[in-house]
Amino acid sequence: MAVKEKEHMKIVIVGHVDHGKSTLIGRLFFDTGSLPEGKAEELKKTCEAMGRELEFGFLMDSLEEERDQAITIDTTQSFFKTDKRNYVIIDAPGHKEFIRNMVTGASLAEAAILIVDASEGVQEQTKRHAYILSLLGLKQVIVALNKMDLVQYKQEKFEAVKKEIHEFLDSIGVNPEFTIPISAKEGDNIAKKSENMPWYDGPTVLKSLDSFNMKKRQTGNALRFPVQDVYHIDGKRIIVGRIESGKMAVGEPLLLLPNNSETAVKSIEVFLKPGMKKAVAGHSIGITTADPLFVDRGNVFCSKQGQPSMSNELKANLFWMSKQPIKLNERLTLKCATQQVGCIVKEIKKRYNSSSLELLEENAEQLNETEVGEVVIRADKPVVFDDFNQIQETGRFVLERGLDTVAGGIITK
Amino acid sequence: MDYLDELESKSIYIIREAYKQYRNIAMLWSIGKDSTSLLWLCRKAFYGKIPFPVVHLDTSYKFREIYEFRDKYAKQWALNLIVGKNEEALARGICPEKGKLQCCTELKTNCLKAVIAKNNFRALLLGIRRDEHGIRAKERYFSPRNIDFQWDYKNQPPELWDQFKGKQQEEQHLRIHPLLHWTEYDIWAYVLREKIPIVSLYFAKNGKRYRSIGCKTCCNPIESNADSVEKIVEELRTTEVAERSGRAQDKEQAYMMQKLRMLGYM
Repeated sequence: MAVKEKEHMKIVIVGHVDHGKSTLIGRLFFDTGSLPEGKAEELKKTCEAMGRELEFGFLMDSLEEERDQAITIDTTQSFFKTDKRNYVIIDAPGHKEFIRNMVTGASLAEAAILIVDASEGVQEQTKRHAYILSLLGLKQVIVALNKMDLVQYKQEKFEAVKKEIHEFLDSIGVNPEFTIPISAKEGDNIAKKSENMPWYDGPTVLKSLDSFNMKKRQTGNALRFPVQDVYHIDGKRIIVGRIESGKMAVGEPLLLLPNNSETAVKSIEVFLKPGMKKAVAGHSIGITTADPLFVDRGNVFCSKQGQPSMSNELKANLFWMSKQPIKLNERLTLKCATQQVGCIVKEIKKRYNSSSLELLEENAEQLNETEVGEVVIRADKPVVFDDFNQIQETGRFVLERGLDTVAGGIITK
Repeated sequence: MDYLDELESKSIYIIREAYKQYRNIAMLWSIGKDSTSLLWLCRKAFYGKIPFPVVHLDTSYKFREIYEFRDKYAKQWALNLIVGKNEEALARGICPEKGKLQCCTELKTNCLKAVIAKNNFRALLLGIRRDEHGIRAKERYFSPRNIDFQWDYKNQPPELWDQFKGKQQEEQHLRIHPLLHWTEYDIWAYVLREKIPIVSLYFAKNGKRYRSIGCKTCCNPIESNADSVEKIVEELRTTEVAERSGRAQDKEQAYMMQKLRMLGYM
């Protein structure tokens, strides 16, 4: 089917182990006709030979196995398409041991499907994954209550689990736009409306996905242009970086933090595009300024209205991802946009289990892998930042220990 | 900003990060469509003056068109071109007929090791894409390789929010993949939009064209009448055939690609 503009939306499917992730993925491929040539027939034959019904879980297992063994598989296999657009399913393993891969995968996604077994209800990884979605600021979320066939497609069961999951999601600030009763195995409410659940009048999974928007950067927010580098090209001093939020136009005033110096945009420099007058969030550009300023990587150009916070101290929710726990006052490196500064975590006010969100300890001394902490960070130099809920790009950071990233954090104020 | 602008800006951001973090870097240019697009993005990132060398690994079995294209644009774009060639192995008579795995290992992997050692590169930019091959789905943008070029994909640190690895062990070098998020279709759509020059092997002659190019000895053309970028874009809208299906490396031996990767092949 011809898709006019082949945009690709990246989605991630998360949920507890065995709640039906691979079956759902298999079903999405099958129902949209996106399986590699010959795969569907092969699967049917295998299932028949085993005297079993067609199971999509097998399909994903076989693809997964191939992938793990790195046998060539068709490029189409991680894509499926609807009339509206193409989708890419990002690799995001569900097991707890793979949490770092799950976070890496989910951080690239524009939308998420959180899958919950309607017969088992909310489980450990359901909550942890939901929490990670909230940490990553993913707003476009579908909750799919799977295995409705096992609960005789009963509305009461759906409503009960829906209530349970919504209560949890509410508490962590995730507001799913759709909650859909499905059976991935039987194909209910995936591509086709289910005849087994006449009581459900909402959209199918595919319709819901199609209603989402491609992730757009916030051009309406205040300007944040973190300096990435400074180049000297043909006698010009070009300050390069990516506009993380807002927009910029030649002649408009700029405030440079943390120095607090003022200037204006003299020119916007993009190769082979002379005379550009404006640029918006997401664009990697270069600028020259009206005044000769001292500028270095990590400085942030802002608009004068809607200035960010600037402080040595910041409050954050920290998600710890290293086997070796973090200890108070340990030397770490904080990276926020292009800023990089030495820091310590000076207080762990509260320590939570990221799955149950159960409060484990107040005024803790350390955080363990996959735990979440409400922390106070003290940086060696002032950091320019925003509240994550205002501007995500400058409201989030990672911590490095030695050579590796060990934590992700969102700034609460 | 449309979706190609987004892809482009993200890649330029990564290229600039790579140069800022590691300074002593190089880009691998196979002269294929992906690395030529990467080269184009590097030119954009640095306003036409790429501040690091561009490396071509010459197995001596490449197509004539590849050499011509390389020399023409190396001159026109004033590239600092390094051609790596394992003369010693070629003198020993290494060739695909005597074993493809050994040939790739000697003429590409070992050749690259020598180029890295000689120039002391700390990081290499490569034009690989996540959709190209199953194993590449697990790649990070910044991916460390140890002294033997090995990639420990099961034990990678997280990578999120465009915060990339800024430090490495002395003996490591990094593979940096600014095109990881592009698809084959995106590349051609971008080539079309930007009018990027592309080696003529990709365009159909007498009902055949190359969809993926490497050495003359180990590449087969596909059936196609697409003799222009526009027609290739159109062809890709409908095809069901995998991109690398004409590449012997992938086809002949199921595990060859993985073995090559373990040995440090791109």
